Amino acid sequence: MLGYLTLIFVCQLAGELVVGTLAMPVPGPVVGMVLLFLYLALRRTVPEGLGQAAGGLQRAMSLLFVPAGAGMMLHFHLLAEAALPLGLGLLVSTIATIAVTGLLMSWLGRGARDDG
Amino acid sequence: MDNLDNLAETWVYLSASPLFHLTLTLVAFQGASWLFEKGGRNPLLNPVLGAVIVVVALLLATGTDYATYFEGAQFVHFLLGPATVSLAVPLYRQWALVRRSALAITVSLLCGSLTAILTAVGVASLAGGGSEVLASIAPKSVTAPVAMAIAEELGGVPSLTAVLVIVTGILGAMLGPLVLTLVGVTGWSARGLAIGTASHGIGTARALQVNETAGAFAGLAMGLNALATALLLPILWGLLF
Repeated sequence: MLGYLTLIFVCQLAGELVVGTLAMPVPGPVVGMVLLFLYLALRRTVPEGLGQAAGGLQRAMSLLFVPAGAGMMLHFHLLAEAALPLGLGLLVSTIATIAVTGLLMSWLGRGARDDG
Repeated sequence: MDNLDNLAETWVYLSASPLFHLTLTLVAFQGASWLFEKGGRNPLLNPVLGAVIVVVALLLATGTDYATYFEGAQFVHFLLGPATVSLAVPLYRQWALVRRSALAITVSLLCGSLTAILTAVGVASLAGGGSEVLASIAPKSVTAPVAMAIAEELGGVPSLTAVLVIVTGILGAMLGPLVLTLVGVTGWSARGLAIGTASHGIGTARALQVNETAGAFAGLAMGLNALATALLLPILWGLLF
């Protein structure tokens, strides 16, 4: 499992390198995700250790946003100044985006059953 | 008495150490998760929100600044990168389904991405937001590093955008399942794609807890929306303003 955790870090590092070199408009870890995906496509299977390492990281994923979330304390004044436009904008837009994307995918993707 | 003095001294020392703030983050999250489970997984008890409230309240109460806190918390924060990379695993496992719905994914994602931008800017503008506010809120549905870079390009405040990105993520994780059920979207791929498009990694983390297909589609949507927004928003901004 340690070997596969290393592989995940290597993919991220390579991703950061690609993004920096090509000045791409996506974050390094997203390119790292693509690289790990290519590795899996070549292997044609998910090795057990990689599945465990990935599962462990993903089970903890919510926790990982707490430090960035606490950064909110730096911006109380900005948030308070524009509370109404920001609050309404975030609320309406989040709900609308979820509804539009979900409904479209639901209608257009009806051929591909995934409920079973 | 000597021992008590020692304890007090050690505590003063430890309470400013990275270990303390790392542990605080973990304990706050465990507590918030416990409450979430006890409350029948009520979305309003979102554990990220709960933990953030506890951490911020404690830091304000003890007069600790964010930089000191982050010295400890950065070890948790750092793992966001590897966790994002690891999303390749559920994506690979669901690849057959992703390929079968490639067209549906592309169209839904682009429309969702445009909806996210236009409704955020439109509503904030109607509610009296100035140009700096509009530029800061426009990229709020994409993952933080990309959103901050876009906000800067448009003339917004990147650090405010980072906060708006987090709030959007928490809102999506809290309200997403309810909204999708209300509009009758039941398929896991559609539910995951919607939550990942609107609320990036925080939504994806929540989707992964519920269903692997939903998690895979959410992770895919998060990556694709970062790309779509980075390419579309600057062009759209030029047309709008």
